[in-house]
Amino acid sequence: MSREGTARWLVAALALGPPAALLAGVRLARERTGPATIEIRARITQAGGWTPQHLVLEAGKPVRLRLTSEDVVHGFGVGRAGFPAVDVWPGRFVEARLMLREPGQYVFYCTRWCGPDHWRMRGTIEVAGPAAAASDVEAARAPLYVALGLDLDAPRAARVLPARRPSPQRGSRLLGSVPASYLASDDYRTHSPEDTWRRLRAEAAWSRFSGEELWDAVAALWRVQAPAATLARGAELYARNCAACHGSEGRGDGVLARGRAPGLPGPLGHGPRRPADFTDARRMLAASPALLYGKVLRGGMGTGMPNWGPILTDEETWAVVAYLWTFQFAAGIDPGAERR
Amino acid sequence: MARRELTRSAPLRELLRSRWPQLVVTASMLGGFFLVVAAGLLGTPVGNRNLATVGVWIAWWAGLLLVAVPLWGRAWCAVCPIGAVGDWIQRGAVLEPSARRLGMGRRWPRAWRNLWLQNATFAGLALSSVVILTNPRVTALVLMGLLAAAACASLLFERRAFCRYVCPLGGFIGLYASLAPVELRVKDRGICRGHRRKTCYLGSEAGAGCPWLVYPAALDRNTYCGLCLECLRTCPYGNVAVNRRPFGADLRGTEGLGLDEAIKALALLGTAITYAAVLLGPWGELKAAAYHVGSRSWLGYAAAYLGFVFGVMPGGFLLAVWLSRLLGRGREPVRRRFGRLAQAVVPLGLMCWMAFSLSFVLANWSYVWPVLSDPLGRGWDLVGTAGARWVPYLSSLTPLLQAGVLLLGLAWAAALVVQHTETVREAAPVVGYCLLVAVGLAGVLLG
Repeated sequence: MSREGTARWLVAALALGPPAALLAGVRLARERTGPATIEIRARITQAGGWTPQHLVLEAGKPVRLRLTSEDVVHGFGVGRAGFPAVDVWPGRFVEARLMLREPGQYVFYCTRWCGPDHWRMRGTIEVAGPAAAASDVEAARAPLYVALGLDLDAPRAARVLPARRPSPQRGSRLLGSVPASYLASDDYRTHSPEDTWRRLRAEAAWSRFSGEELWDAVAALWRVQAPAATLARGAELYARNCAACHGSEGRGDGVLARGRAPGLPGPLGHGPRRPADFTDARRMLAASPALLYGKVLRGGMGTGMPNWGPILTDEETWAVVAYLWTFQFAAGIDPGAERR
Repeated sequence: MARRELTRSAPLRELLRSRWPQLVVTASMLGGFFLVVAAGLLGTPVGNRNLATVGVWIAWWAGLLLVAVPLWGRAWCAVCPIGAVGDWIQRGAVLEPSARRLGMGRRWPRAWRNLWLQNATFAGLALSSVVILTNPRVTALVLMGLLAAAACASLLFERRAFCRYVCPLGGFIGLYASLAPVELRVKDRGICRGHRRKTCYLGSEAGAGCPWLVYPAALDRNTYCGLCLECLRTCPYGNVAVNRRPFGADLRGTEGLGLDEAIKALALLGTAITYAAVLLGPWGELKAAAYHVGSRSWLGYAAAYLGFVFGVMPGGFLLAVWLSRLLGRGREPVRRRFGRLAQAVVPLGLMCWMAFSLSFVLANWSYVWPVLSDPLGRGWDLVGTAGARWVPYLSSLTPLLQAGVLLLGLAWAAALVVQHTETVREAAPVVGYCLLVAVGLAGVLLG
C-alpha cells in the first residue's frame, strides 16, 4: 500500500473510530435489559418548566428517571401515586425509580417553591394498561361539592361571628350535650361552622348556652373530625403546597403572592388575585368543608389558585381542609400554634 | 531570552519535516471533533454533563487559552480538524503532496484580505455565546457549521482562505500568537530573494505552497502563519527555521497593527469584559438578555455589546492616543500612532482572557471527570469517574491568580507603551486606558 493509502486508512481509523465506538455504546446500552431511562430536566415555569412535559408509561412497568435542574432547586412529585418526592438539583442528576400500577392519567409537579409561577410547573403521565377502564369508575364518582350543588364561586360571608377565638378545648366539655347526628362525618363536611352554630342555637336544649359557648362547641365538633395524625398530615401538605401563596400563618401573604392586588379580579370577574385569608372569620365560618374541598380540588378558575385534584388524594385533600380550620379555632392539637 | 533556532537540532527538524506526527495529531483531533459532535447531538442537553460543552468549552478552551496560545502561538491551527478537512479535500490527499487540485481555486476578494470578516464572525459567535457555551446541541451545530463552511471555502477559494480570513477563532488566536515565544521565520532573506521558484509559496513536489497565503520571507509576525510547516518541507535550501524567542517579540516593531488588527485587539478586550460581566457577574437580567437569543432584550444586549466593543473600546483608545499625541512632541498621524500603540493592548487582552478563563475553568474543571466516563450523560461509567462530584479547584487562590495575571498584563502593556513613546507624559493617557480596563475587569472578576 502506498504511503498516501496508509495515511488515509490511519485518518479514517483515528477520525471515525471514536464516534463509531460511541455509537456502538449507545446501541449496546439500548439493547441491555433493564428499566427504560427517561431524562427529565427542570427549569422554572417562565423558562419552560419540565422537559419533557408528557410521559407515556406502561402500567406495572418500572422506569428509571434521571432528573436534573437547569436553574434552581426543584422537586419532582407525582400526584395521587404515593411516589415520594425527590429534590432536583442544578448541575446534578438524581435518579429515581417510578412504577405506576394503575392505568390512567397522572400529574407530575414541582414540590419546591422554585419561582413566581411554581405551581404551574406540571406535566402529565399517561399510563397505559389493560385495566384502563377501572379509573373511569373513580372519575365518574362526583366530588361532594358537585353532589351538593355548591357554587364554589358564590360570595359567602358569615353574619354571626364569635367575639373571641373559638376553643375546641372549652367546647369539648359541651360535646356530651350535642346530638349524635352532629358528630357524623357527613354532617361536618356538609355544613359551615355558622350553619352548625345556628342549628345548635335552634336546639331547645342549647338555649341556656351563650353564643360564645356555642362557637366553642362548633370548634370542638370540627376538631373531632381532625385527629392529630390528620392535622399533622394536613400541616405537612399545607406547608409544602399552600403556604407559598397563602402564607404559613394562613393570612394570604405567602412569598409567591406578594404584589397581588387584594380581591381585585380582572375585568371579566377573573384574574389573579390575592390568595384567600384563612384567618378571615367572616369568610371561613361561612364555608363548609365540602366547599373548601371543592376549592382545593378544582382550583380558583383563573384567580391563580391551582387545582390540586390531580395531585392530592381524597384523604390528603380532607387533611388539608381540616388543617385550614386551625387558623380559626384555637388551642387543642394545633400544629400552627407550635410553629408560632 | 535570546533567539535560538530550535530546528538546528536534527531530530527535531526531522520530526517537524515529517508529515506523519502532524497527521496523526490532526486525525486524532478530528476524531475528537466527531466525538464531540455526536455527543452534542445524541447526548443529554444538560450542558455540564455532555462531552460537547464540557470537552470544548472547559477542557479544550483551557488548553488553548491558558497553555497553547501563550506558549506555542498558532500551534492549534496546525492540527485544527476544521481547516484540515477542507485542505484534504482541496488537495485530494491527506499526506503526500499532490498536484491535483479540487475546487474552483478562486482568489479571495481583495477587499476582504484583512481581519474585518473575522471580526464580524467572532462578534456573531460572541453574541450567541451564552447559548453556545451551555447548550450541547448548539455547540455541535456550530462546530459542524464551521467544518462545512471551511470545506465549502476550500472548494470555492484557493488554499486555506477560511482559516486565514473567516474563522472566528483564527483572528483571535493569530493576534495573541504574536506574544508566543515560538516563531517560524526564514533565516536569510537574501537566499529567498535569489530563489526563483519560490517553492515555499508556490509549492513543489516536496510539499504544498503556503496554505495560509503567506510568503515566508516577508513574515515578520506570527499573526498569519498557521505553523503548518509546509515551507520547512518545501524550502530546498533549509532556509526556514522554527525559533525560540522572547515573549511578545512581534510587538516591538514601529510598524504597528493595521486598523483591522487594532480594532480586533480592542474588540477582544471589550469582549473579555463583556463575557466576565455576563457569565460571572451578578446581573441576572444581563444574563437573561444574553441567553434569550432573538428576543427583544437580546437585541438590546446585542446593540450594547456591539456598541461597546466596536464603539466605546476603540473610541476610548482613540481618545487616549489623541491625548498622547497632544502631550507628546512628535507629529505622527493619529491613525499610525493608533496602530502602533494598539500593540500594547495585545498582551493586556490575552491576560484579560486568561484571568476571565481562570475563574470558570478552575471552578468547572471537575465536570471533566464525570464526562470522561459518561460522555453522553446517560448514566454510563466507562472509566469509573462518573460519580465524581463538582468541586471548584483552587477557589481560594483563583482571585490571587487572576489579580497576578491582570497585573502582568498591565505591566506588559505599560512597558510596550513606554517603549513606543518618548516621554512619560505621552505614555500616560494610553497607560491610563489600560489601567482603566484592567481595574474594570478586576472589579467584575474580583469585586
